[in-house]
Amino acid sequence: MTSKPIAFTLNGEAASFEGERDTPLLWALRDHFGLHGTKYGCGMAQCGACTVHIDGTPRRSCITPISSVSDQKVTTIEGVNGKVADTVIAEWIRHEVPQCGFCQSGQVMSAIGLLSTKPDAGDAEIDAAMRGNICRCATYVRIRQAIRDAAKALST
Amino acid sequence: MITLARPTRREMLAGSGLILALALPIGREPADAAETSADPIFMPNAFVRIAPDDSVFVVLKHVEFGQGPATGLTTLVAEELDADWGQMRTAMAPANDALYKNLIYGTQLTGGSNSIRNSWIQMRTAGAAARAMLVEAAAQRWGVPAAEIDIERGIVSHGTHRSGFGALAADAARLPLPSSPVLKTPDRFTLIGKHVPRIDSPAKSTGKAVFAMDVTRPGMVHSAILHPPVFGAILQSFDASKALAIPGVLHAAAIPQGVVVYARDTWAAMRGRKAINAQWDLSKAETRSTETLHRVFAEATRTPGAEAGRKGDVDAGLKSAAHSIEAVYHFPFLAHAPMEPLNAVIEIGDGRADVWNGTQYQVGEMKAVAETLGLPFEKVTLHQQIAGGSFGRRSQPLMDFGRELAEVAKQSPDRAPVKHLWTRENDIAGGRYRPLTAHRLRGGVDAAGEIVAWDQVIASQSVFSGTPLEAMKIHEGLDTAIVEGAVENGYRMINHRVGVHVLQSGVLPLWWRSVGNMHTSYAIETFLDRLLELGGHELLAGRLALAADDRMKGALTRVAEISNWGGSIAEGHARGIACRRTFGTTVAQVVELSRGADGQPKVHKVWCAVDCGIAVNPSIVTAQMEGGIGFGLGHALFGEISMTEGGRVEQHNFDGYRSLRIHEMPDVEVSIIESGAAPTGVGEPGVPPIAPAVANAWRKLTGQAITRLPFSRGITA
Repeated sequence: MTSKPIAFTLNGEAASFEGERDTPLLWALRDHFGLHGTKYGCGMAQCGACTVHIDGTPRRSCITPISSVSDQKVTTIEGVNGKVADTVIAEWIRHEVPQCGFCQSGQVMSAIGLLSTKPDAGDAEIDAAMRGNICRCATYVRIRQAIRDAAKALST
Repeated sequence: MITLARPTRREMLAGSGLILALALPIGREPADAAETSADPIFMPNAFVRIAPDDSVFVVLKHVEFGQGPATGLTTLVAEELDADWGQMRTAMAPANDALYKNLIYGTQLTGGSNSIRNSWIQMRTAGAAARAMLVEAAAQRWGVPAAEIDIERGIVSHGTHRSGFGALAADAARLPLPSSPVLKTPDRFTLIGKHVPRIDSPAKSTGKAVFAMDVTRPGMVHSAILHPPVFGAILQSFDASKALAIPGVLHAAAIPQGVVVYARDTWAAMRGRKAINAQWDLSKAETRSTETLHRVFAEATRTPGAEAGRKGDVDAGLKSAAHSIEAVYHFPFLAHAPMEPLNAVIEIGDGRADVWNGTQYQVGEMKAVAETLGLPFEKVTLHQQIAGGSFGRRSQPLMDFGRELAEVAKQSPDRAPVKHLWTRENDIAGGRYRPLTAHRLRGGVDAAGEIVAWDQVIASQSVFSGTPLEAMKIHEGLDTAIVEGAVENGYRMINHRVGVHVLQSGVLPLWWRSVGNMHTSYAIETFLDRLLELGGHELLAGRLALAADDRMKGALTRVAEISNWGGSIAEGHARGIACRRTFGTTVAQVVELSRGADGQPKVHKVWCAVDCGIAVNPSIVTAQMEGGIGFGLGHALFGEISMTEGGRVEQHNFDGYRSLRIHEMPDVEVSIIESGAAPTGVGEPGVPPIAPAVANAWRKLTGQAITRLPFSRGITA
């Protein structure tokens, strides 16, 4: 057994983890906290399906040991909120972005991360921020359009 | 006219339980089940369930893995029912061939881009039957003629009488089934062909959609599997001591498919999998490298092979040709790599088994589970889920995954329910690939520029041969999937021959989005481009002159219009065109590209014209073209599974098996050709034309004909 529970904030509430300290945040979220919106796709930060926010910044939870989020704020697709999140999700639905949908939590979290720091992001910035997120259905045309329209809505 | 039986009482009860479990808008959290409406009370057929609160549930016989049947099939019912889109819900059908078979395949299987095509009349009939019974119930209640009753957006009305479906459901349930419900004529459609929002967009945009991977059961353990490192290797022995020392690891066991590690959570199972030390017997393994296989397959195409099709006299045509060319094409193994790796939850006990999976082949997979567990089919219950992509991977002719799952369940400690999850490494290095294939084409034109000979020899592996699905594709000893699109290749040929060599390797092959069309389309459209040029033809006009049917001409003409084919383009850019009819749908694409900084094609824009008959949902048709183009382009650029000498797969994850990323995705403009013809599919037909269209543009730009895929291999500096 591990020595000391790891305390952090999960979707705005105090959380504590007592398992193996090197457990990736992804598996702690899915198997221990029952939050299944964050997905496993590769386990090596290649696909971005596991993207969450740590202190507001998009991070790949599959390679983030739970011990490293001690005292930090973790936000998942289930807990993300605010004007940017609402706008991005509304555009995602309006453009009917998802096909199979499995990667889309990660896509949405990356997009919210981008527009939270760069509400007027242009195409080059969209590509740079989103190229870590693979979509095997290749919904990229609509991802791009949804982010463009969200940026437009946020900057007016 | 399709007649739809009312389910038997037993089926109805089974269906009723199913609805209680799944009566949710797609992918809502099971925790919300308590909020949902009362038990549906009106079940006129296997597909429609109406609840007292006006909810209409459509039971989906096809898997939803992104291609859109949840929305499409529901639209067909809602159209004939005159329901309001907001009252429509979806539920997943159980595994049952009698009620839910694919009408084209005769078994409950999703594939061949025919979910809408085989359901077009069936689902509309289901909706029309329900409508007729609701109308009759209202007629009796109000004492008015049924013919005078109207339904609009879920409201049944006559004069001052008005009612929702729910209030009439109990009465309707007591009525006899209508003998032949009348279907609408297309001019009366209010949902089909219009914009109907995808039913699964909200759940999939908010992380609420539930996939098999998200299912949990009380007392559930997690498992991971170590497969043989080389195809055909057999486990000799294994040492699990290091794995069992990992906190959370519960058990390790050998099954025919490999070594399984059971643990309290996924992370422990995955660590345990890595810690297994296994010895393998390689004596029967496939140890040839893919370079060797490419040589063997290409060599085979030197002889004509089994004749798949013949017109005229090819040898005489070649002899008489003024100019002739020959090309050998190499296509690699490709993995499907759906975003959600294969996984399922299984729970066994008391002479039964329950499976939670998003399978493409509901009945086949449950048969495999039942057989492996020694249970009757009826004792295995499938709780079908939506699936995180598939591209063909979620069904196999031998149902390997179902068998593995059942073996995993047998060894589960204390027979605990188990979630069996493949790692991405299991997925990419695990076989069941689009088969490695070679084509040899020889063709010639006469002095007037007419194509007078086309000889095409294909060497590939058969997906179907020796499996229970042989009857589906093997005709007179010939695997028609290998030559798909090659015998009738879309163009009028005077002297034409297609030959096949079916070769073996230890690598198990599988259908892969667009199946044989993926390689035949590439060979045909790139070789045609060269022959047209050799004959002095313009590449669009040449195709139009040879196109075998009006729908191909229509698609080519439309794509030329929207792309302004022949107009001026930017310096350093070039364009290519290709057109294929696959799965009954015709797609023409024009590509504009330049040479990227890495020396590879940089595709800027793709124009796409699609003729799929009536476009039930134009937004989904467009999405499937966009996605098909991205999927096809990514594999054309980078997709390859290779094996070193000794037989080890070199790619294990998305670092080695490169996938298209957003900065590599071109703009796409789709034009849907207006049609009154019955709908055909869109899941696959967007894929085949893109790779040859890119190659044709690249040849225009650089003069280089790419005959080896992926382009990252075929384009040499």
